[in-house]
Amino acid sequence: MKTALAVVERVGGLAVVFVGVTFVIYFTVFALPGDPIRALGGDRPLSDAVVRALRAEYHLDEPLWQQYTRYIGGLFRGDFGTTFTGQSVGDQMASRWPVTVTLALSAWLLEIVVGIGLGVLSALRRGTLVDKAILGGTIVASAIPVFVVGVTLQLVFAVRLDWFPVAGVTAGWPAAYALPAIVIALFGLASVSRLTRASVLENLSSDYVRTARAKGLAPRRVIGVHVMRNSLIPTATFLATDLGYLLGGTVIIEGIFNLPGVGNLLFGAIRSHEGATVVGISTALILVFLVTSLLVDAIHALLDPRVRR
Amino acid sequence: MTESFTTPVAPSLAGGRRHPLRRAVRRPGFVVPAVVILLLTLIAVFPGPFAGLFGNGDPRVCDLGLSGADPTGGHPFGYDLQGCDVWANVVHGTRASLSVGLLTTVLSMVVAIVVGTIAGMRGGIVDAALSRLTDVFLGFPLLLGAVVVLNSAGERSVLTVSLVLALFGWPTMARLVRGSVRSVRQADFVLAARTMGLSTWRIVTRYVLPSSLSPVFVVATITVGGVIVAESSLTYLGIGLEAPAISWGLQLASASSQFQNAPHLLVFPALFLAVTVLSIISLGDTLRAALDPRRQQ
Repeated sequence: MKTALAVVERVGGLAVVFVGVTFVIYFTVFALPGDPIRALGGDRPLSDAVVRALRAEYHLDEPLWQQYTRYIGGLFRGDFGTTFTGQSVGDQMASRWPVTVTLALSAWLLEIVVGIGLGVLSALRRGTLVDKAILGGTIVASAIPVFVVGVTLQLVFAVRLDWFPVAGVTAGWPAAYALPAIVIALFGLASVSRLTRASVLENLSSDYVRTARAKGLAPRRVIGVHVMRNSLIPTATFLATDLGYLLGGTVIIEGIFNLPGVGNLLFGAIRSHEGATVVGISTALILVFLVTSLLVDAIHALLDPRVRR
Repeated sequence: MTESFTTPVAPSLAGGRRHPLRRAVRRPGFVVPAVVILLLTLIAVFPGPFAGLFGNGDPRVCDLGLSGADPTGGHPFGYDLQGCDVWANVVHGTRASLSVGLLTTVLSMVVAIVVGTIAGMRGGIVDAALSRLTDVFLGFPLLLGAVVVLNSAGERSVLTVSLVLALFGWPTMARLVRGSVRSVRQADFVLAARTMGLSTWRIVTRYVLPSSLSPVFVVATITVGGVIVAESSLTYLGIGLEAPAISWGLQLASASSQFQNAPHLLVFPALFLAVTVLSIISLGDTLRAALDPRRQQ
């Protein structure tokens, strides 16, 4: 009963956030000055009759709140809106999701394996040169803008050394996704490894670890089973939230490596001022983000019995 | 009359925290980044003398014939695509990047402190409403939110970019403030102040805030670094600062397309940016370590 109540409360809160977020997006994109219909005509001014007809077709003659309600209604039917050139934003996105999801998951996997590995290593070698090198290296990696790292690695490893394809997805997974995934993962390594390091250190000095050691368990088992299980809770929470960010944060990298994903579509839509596409993609990305954050809580409750109250 | 009773409480509380801070100030982890940041601030305020260090200090004096030329004497960082001196441009770009970082952080912090304190002190419906509002803005991944708003913003200056970044930057800090205000709200010295009949405003400014703001300042320090990186990324996407402004983001954005022919255009602004962000983050880290009671052992 209590659990059911908590779930209802959480989902309700999520609904509030979703409405608020889409409201902000919709209004900032469409409530600002500028007439998209007149812009359609280009140099030749459109006749009043045509303008009126187009306004009616895109419901621009209605008050903004009505347009917004209509948009939300459409979202529930899987309709992400239509651009002024008549294309469905949902269709535009559909073929691009696999690329973005593949990229985000590859980067995520790298972040998990390398980040947790580095974190555990620096915790076990606390205070040594290895520890300091990992700490320093990961911070340096996160202090350089993603696009700078992106173009640099692209030049060195794809253009000069020819180890990876320069751009596009024709080479398939993993070759085409390796470099962009590494660039994205580099940025998140600092947080993952530090979180892991901190919680491993905390657990290493706890009573149950001392007991396990006193029982004569092999260090491999103490670290691998007892310490890791408890240490990974905060890291897992962070990583799950991060997946949501990764899906939205591939915009720049997809642009650099010319991967035909959702981010690249957004990048192009920003450049060509396609309001409907920008709103549609942002809404979709935020939806993904919110759903992941809901899953995070579920996973958290699964891993840590204390959260279940 | 109340003055003589109230003054000793807050300072003694602050005094307890001053000790680890004083120790932190002597560590190299604090001194090195602090000196770097001080130098960068000087450069941002007085770019002229620093830019003129090699004799060619005007970022607007350009010779297209030298477009993308390599470093030479008097031009240690070479020439950019317009044939302007890169060193002078990088030095003059410091101000824009630092301003965006600082302005955004200060704006977010002010909003966060107001919202977080009200939510934490009042509780009830006010708290619930403000917390939901915080959640809405926390629902945006920073870059995505900024993309949506800046995409429709007409003119984009240091002020507008900072405002937009602050719009999505305050919720994290507001949560932090709310949390620490709530934990202090029931402390004995606050109850004592209340019993003495002090106004809520006075209680908040004299007792609650001084003892609940240190985690926010730590996060704020690190935020400055993150914002500088975010500004350059937005500018790269074409929705951050615009020419004729001079900023590291703009230099990096134009350099990244010509990277193969003239790598020095990317390397030098990136170096300045990375050193700045790195110093800010390490400074914040040292402060965090100093203020975190769990790490003191």
